[in-house]
Amino acid sequence: MERYLVATTMGIAFGFAARCLMLRSDYRQYPAYPHGYVTHLSLGLIAALLGALAIPALLEKEFTAVTFLSLAATQFRDIREIERETLSKLDLTNLVARGPDYIEGIARVFEARNYLVMLIALLVSGLSYFTDFIVGLIPGVLSLFAALRLMHGPVIGEIGRVRPAGLSFEGPNLFVEDIHFMNLAREEVRRTVLERGLGVVIEPIDDNAREILANSGQRMAIAHDAATQLGIYRDVDTAEFTPILRRDLDTGRIAMLILPLEKDIECLVAAVKNVPVLESSSARPLKSRVGRGAAD
Amino acid sequence: MMKASISKYILAVITLDSSLVSGGGAPVFVARDRIEQDRIATYMARITEGVVHDLENGVYILVKH
Repeated sequence: MERYLVATTMGIAFGFAARCLMLRSDYRQYPAYPHGYVTHLSLGLIAALLGALAIPALLEKEFTAVTFLSLAATQFRDIREIERETLSKLDLTNLVARGPDYIEGIARVFEARNYLVMLIALLVSGLSYFTDFIVGLIPGVLSLFAALRLMHGPVIGEIGRVRPAGLSFEGPNLFVEDIHFMNLAREEVRRTVLERGLGVVIEPIDDNAREILANSGQRMAIAHDAATQLGIYRDVDTAEFTPILRRDLDTGRIAMLILPLEKDIECLVAAVKNVPVLESSSARPLKSRVGRGAAD
Repeated sequence: MMKASISKYILAVITLDSSLVSGGGAPVFVARDRIEQDRIATYMARITEGVVHDLENGVYILVKH
């Protein structure tokens, strides 16, 4: 009994610690409110509990308990649903929308993190039970580091060269470098765009990167992240100041036009470089023979 | 089930020369000069949350994006 207690406590402790570490609120500001934390921490605690109890339950030949555990695990699938629904609804009132791809990515992460917590709790409780709780400590700490590492995916700065670019008008037509953006009729709007606007070009480093940047969900994510970090010079009635990203069809370059509140090109480039590459946009044409053949 | 909707449409046409525009679904506003055209366009863009585009023949269109 003593052994079980130690093992499950270890599992729960490490699982919960992993969830706490992975629940970090940064510029994405989600979750930002105490209630958001409570929801995710309590679900994390349940996940840790489930993971930690699995091995003791099996050893006690409580097979029904184990089946119930797996049943409970499916509940975590709902988290993705809940997150997706909440964020999609909130997105309607955002000045610069996250876009469905970004939301799906966030929702997936929330779901996956609970499974990760379960796995960590399972591993730690199993090892603590079969060996010694001191032995359980080592993989516990290692798995915390692994969980932190898993939080970081690739970013735009790794798949493309991000550099500042100039804006210009030809008649009413707005260009960033030689990429056509839109037609703006009003003189006042054109002046504001030239005064306050910043342009950035992202050049893909290879064909995989080109396909990632072509995804319009990925582009919405770039616009959203840049706008949340630098502020956005627009209100609901000024649609012409919405950040836009356009693609140069010949080279696959992406250009962005944004009117930030803080006109600081270096920060803008840094913000764009740090945008995560979305799972849903990731493509690897170079992994296929046809893709490689077409690339040269 | 696929949900289809039109996401971009012309809300209004603001022109200097009424002979350049005819028929269609959007209301046409005829302005006396460039200044008036700009002012009407600005007001309407604010009210409708649309964007004004210049067809470069004296015709502005107000588009909902």
